[in-house]
Amino acid sequence: MKQGDKLAVRIWKGGADGGYTEFEAPLRANQTVLDVVTWIQRNRDPGLAYRFACRVGMCGSCAMTVNGKPRWTCRTHVSKVTQDSRLTIGPLRNLPIVKDLVCDMTVFFDKWQNARGRFQGRATRYDDIERIAPDTPARKAADAGIECINCAVCYAACDVVAWKPDYLGPAALNRAWTLQNDIRDTAQAERLAAVAGDAGCHSCHSQQGCTAHCPKSLNPTAAIAGLKRSVFQAVLRGEV
Amino acid sequence: MSPAQLYVAQRLSAAVLAPLVLIHLGLIVYAIQDGLSAAEILSRTRGNLTWAVFYSIFVIAAAIHGAIGLRAIVSESLAWSRAWLNTAMYGAAVFLSALGMRAVAAVVL
Repeated sequence: MKQGDKLAVRIWKGGADGGYTEFEAPLRANQTVLDVVTWIQRNRDPGLAYRFACRVGMCGSCAMTVNGKPRWTCRTHVSKVTQDSRLTIGPLRNLPIVKDLVCDMTVFFDKWQNARGRFQGRATRYDDIERIAPDTPARKAADAGIECINCAVCYAACDVVAWKPDYLGPAALNRAWTLQNDIRDTAQAERLAAVAGDAGCHSCHSQQGCTAHCPKSLNPTAAIAGLKRSVFQAVLRGEV
Repeated sequence: MSPAQLYVAQRLSAAVLAPLVLIHLGLIVYAIQDGLSAAEILSRTRGNLTWAVFYSIFVIAAAIHGAIGLRAIVSESLAWSRAWLNTAMYGAAVFLSALGMRAVAAVVL
């Protein structure tokens, strides 16, 4: 790479019926895909819509499709995803496009609720903080999936979501599994029933697209397998 | 049946099918290697209760497993309602059972 080298960038413009527009951006030694999108928005196309917040891989808001794969753009270096100085950047798959690179995340978060992906405790503010042993199998299983940042990369990578739009998806089911392993939670039976339906964990084919693309290196496929085992046992006990 | 019960039925039928398929494949290899004619095979299977039970279980397990699998494929490919999916699944299970039991009857009766 030398001074003055350029990147050829194609960026999705418009809604679902939009198309790719070509831009040229400077190729730098150390730049992320989000840096490139920001440079284009500030220097070539002020109307370009995209979403970001923290820029350090914590908030989960900047995920896009980069050269065909869903990625968190703030932590994806250009040198990692292109060898020929070409980038194609689009909105995430499986979500409605609002404009350009911005997707409507409503259905994604609705599914978290449908999977009862919210903590329901029994303690009040007057109780002491519960002591959780970190080395129990349940806590280890919860910790394995707890670092999800809700970026929807796994949801965009999932073929089952593409085929079956009702499917709750890997992120919501991973969240449900972490709560099933939280000994403080009191809604385990209701949550198991919520993930045992047609749109729930049994729809997963274990293709592991979610696991392959998760920027936090989580394993939603393993979480879903755990839910399948739990539902299996609950059915044999006559509880589901 | 609920989706969770269907999942359990499909896994349990798979567990039943796994050894039966291996025995079935072994039997085919044995019959071919040994050069048995169709008449010789039928002479061994006709009136044999063991093979009748073996292949009846095989057919029922395959019908359950296959019908639930077809339901999953259709649910991902076509926007059918749950009622239609279940109707088609039960229909497939009955159809596969009838075909299979007809074949079992042909070799053991």
